[in-house]
Amino acid sequence: MSERAHPAPPEEGTEPERHDRTELSDEQPTEPAPPATGADAAIAALTAAGVEHVFGVQGGAIMPVYDALAEADDGPTHLTMAHEQAAAHAADAYGQVTGEPGVCMATSGPGATNLITGIADADMDSDPVVALTGQVPTEFLGNDAFQETDTVGVTRPITKENYFAGDADRIGATVSEAVELAGAGRPGPTLVDLPKDASTTETAAGPEPGRLPTYYDVPDRADESAIEAAAAAFEAAERPLVLAGGGVVKAEASEELRAFVNEADVPVVTTMPGIGTVPEDDERCLSWAGMHGTGAANMAVSHTDCLFAVGTRFDDRLTGGVETFAPDATVIHADIDAAEISKNVEADHALVGDAAAVIEQMHDAMATGSSDGSETDTGSDRHAAWREQCREWQDDYPMTYAAPEDEPLKPQFVVEAADAATPDDAVVTAGVGQHQMWAAQYWTFRHPRSWVASHGLGTMGYGLPAAIGAKLAAPDREVVCFEGDGSFLMTLQELSVAARENLDVTVIVLNNEAIGMVRQWQDAFFEGRHTASEYGWVPEFAAIAEAFGAKGFTLETYDEVADTLEAAFAHDGPSVVDARIDPRENVYPMVESGGDNSGFALAEDQL
Amino acid sequence: MSDDADAGWDDRPTQADRGAQREGLAGPEPTDRPRPSGRRSKQGVRIDPEAEASHPARRTTISALVKHEPGVLAEVAGLVSRRQFDIDSLTVGPTTNPETARMTLTIEEPEPGVRQVEKQLEKLVPVISVRELGRDAVRRELAVLKVHDDRPAAVESVVEMFDGEVLDAQPGTVTVEVTGSSSEVDRAVEAFQRFGVRELTRTGTGALARGTEWTTDAEADRYERQASSTTGTTNSATDRRTTTTAPETPTDDD
Ligand SMILES: Cc1ncc(C[n+]2csc(CCOP(=O)(O)OP(=O)(O)O)c2C)c(N)n1
Repeated sequence: MSERAHPAPPEEGTEPERHDRTELSDEQPTEPAPPATGADAAIAALTAAGVEHVFGVQGGAIMPVYDALAEADDGPTHLTMAHEQAAAHAADAYGQVTGEPGVCMATSGPGATNLITGIADADMDSDPVVALTGQVPTEFLGNDAFQETDTVGVTRPITKENYFAGDADRIGATVSEAVELAGAGRPGPTLVDLPKDASTTETAAGPEPGRLPTYYDVPDRADESAIEAAAAAFEAAERPLVLAGGGVVKAEASEELRAFVNEADVPVVTTMPGIGTVPEDDERCLSWAGMHGTGAANMAVSHTDCLFAVGTRFDDRLTGGVETFAPDATVIHADIDAAEISKNVEADHALVGDAAAVIEQMHDAMATGSSDGSETDTGSDRHAAWREQCREWQDDYPMTYAAPEDEPLKPQFVVEAADAATPDDAVVTAGVGQHQMWAAQYWTFRHPRSWVASHGLGTMGYGLPAAIGAKLAAPDREVVCFEGDGSFLMTLQELSVAARENLDVTVIVLNNEAIGMVRQWQDAFFEGRHTASEYGWVPEFAAIAEAFGAKGFTLETYDEVADTLEAAFAHDGPSVVDARIDPRENVYPMVESGGDNSGFALAEDQL
Repeated sequence: MSDDADAGWDDRPTQADRGAQREGLAGPEPTDRPRPSGRRSKQGVRIDPEAEASHPARRTTISALVKHEPGVLAEVAGLVSRRQFDIDSLTVGPTTNPETARMTLTIEEPEPGVRQVEKQLEKLVPVISVRELGRDAVRRELAVLKVHDDRPAAVESVVEMFDGEVLDAQPGTVTVEVTGSSSEVDRAVEAFQRFGVRELTRTGTGALARGTEWTTDAEADRYERQASSTTGTTNSATDRRTTTTAPETPTDDD
């Protein structure tokens, strides 16, 4: 680091007494508040917000903040990650599992740019994440100083809001606001860029009570007249369907949704981020819809005449081509973000508000009186044929796979076996690729905040750092991570963190010696030319695990599955199971990109 | 799939079940399935089989009152570019309230696009209030152009015709200013072409709602009125962005 980038050393004898944060308490200090710095204020803001863990990597421009963190004995604990991308993913998963913002830190320049993928991932999935980044001193800004990146500029399109905190007196309030905003309304990532001079400058100003930015407006309940019209439409429908998105998880609205579905006695499908909002073994749940969703879910979505969609942004992996998405349906769209309404699929009824509130409002509106004044007709009888049809589709399109005894392991079997071997409330994380789809398809999820994956951005390597974040968020829950060989290779250095911290996570690598999802598309759409999708050689993952200090297993035959998984789950600490699966296995059902959901293929020759 | 929470390790699938249960994905082929009858447009709008829904692009003006702070312009410009909105012009300048600035966007989008521009703008934290202006809004644009001075009298008469002003006359060039609606300025520029326009600079459109109507909703209860009184304190009760509504008559910016 260049000489000039260093701040002036603190004056002798002014060692701040950092523990006594009088600004945090209501009591008036008896003595004048001891000097604290902007960095102290940032940490005090995290502490005041109840942040328990911070994930990050050290570096020049963020050092004062780390120093403040170390000095604050009531502050959050810090988990040093191997790479900043993993810090962001861990914070993201932590946020998903707890519902509270996850916090990550990085230095300026390369530290901040390494966070980008994780921040973009959180942005796409509306996960509450707060990133604190160091920055070069303000006087060097714009001069291409050592490790300078315009972090605020670079992250503007991928954050809910970001701040340049150039004034020590404002740092506490800014970090407080950033934490509050990350979790408010539609959650998302926020970032505070902390130039080194501001974080080392003395200030008496601490955090402020977490306040939303002045112009930020969080909608609460949906408009009553809109609710009434929507409820009437839903009641009048012949083939009503509920679609639960990730917003239901974020709004803690699962209970309300389950009650609504049960009482209205209608089928329900989820999006992939909405997995777990309704128990997948409930008879009304047709599992998830979309590119690799179940046949029943995609048939139902295609044939419904009234779709009550809650907390979904109608991603193209869900809708296929919008021209053919729920084409007969009156769409009731509930979302806390008004900008999602009619963005991809036009809503006939827009319900802008908190998901839990909106579902309850709908529930009430439907219970109190149907549109035609008739008393108790919840539609139950009228929908009998539709419910029966959905059940038939479940029978017609079961999630099965060919598993002859003498062939290599089927990944679906490994997923099912792992599900059977773990408690009901296990947290499952995943990388991105075929393995992610198999995990989502063949694990039976029953609870929200159990499926933690990279949906919108589809970030390979998400699974392991997410498992680390999830384990810190839920130390008492079993954490299982499914990774592909390719995806795992992108962040497996984080095994060092899991081993160092002795985190009890189990990574199951569904190893097909290929970046399989790409190979699958090459089979289907590029005449089987496997350009750059097959590894000539993959490392020994079990040996890698051991080298990092984790426990390594290799799984090759059906006979070993049960015992190996049992041993891996029983190991108190990180373990890696290298499951050598059938390299030719592909993911089905599949809706072609931009295709018609009801036209899903059950095998390659149907694409 | 696994059974229930208590399905212990002993209930795990066995090889024997596997052969029996697992036959690969079953079910009618895509061509044998019932298909829904409806259709949506590319914009996700359900098409009434009777009347084909279509949304032609229209030109309109959107006004946004924003917090006067660094970075807002970049935030708005970034939003517009990454969401591929078809933008004709974007102007920004302070208001009488030092806390706020006004941005005026002229866009050409189909109806759903116009609504998206509004809603996405509203989502930005420093954006206070957004509104699409009506057809009768006052809209002005400025052009400064430099023409050759070969026929000063003729230039003078064109300047008069467009209510312009000569800003500078030197041997060789005359620099003139014209203001008006975007199409008036177009016509003026066209008229000056006969002298040969050496150089031209144009601003985007600045616009305000006509008469007593407020340009954006927030201004009615907060900014502009309070700016003329002494207090500038913020009142969190009125401190919310209001949902915008489309004007009765959509504009097409002449
Ligand atoms: C960071 C990143 N790079 C590239 C891709 C594109 N991509 C999507 S799936 C995939 C293959 C994943 O391979 P692997 O992790 O081995 O999993 P598999 O599909 O074989 O289960 C690739 C390359 C991506 N999603 N993320």
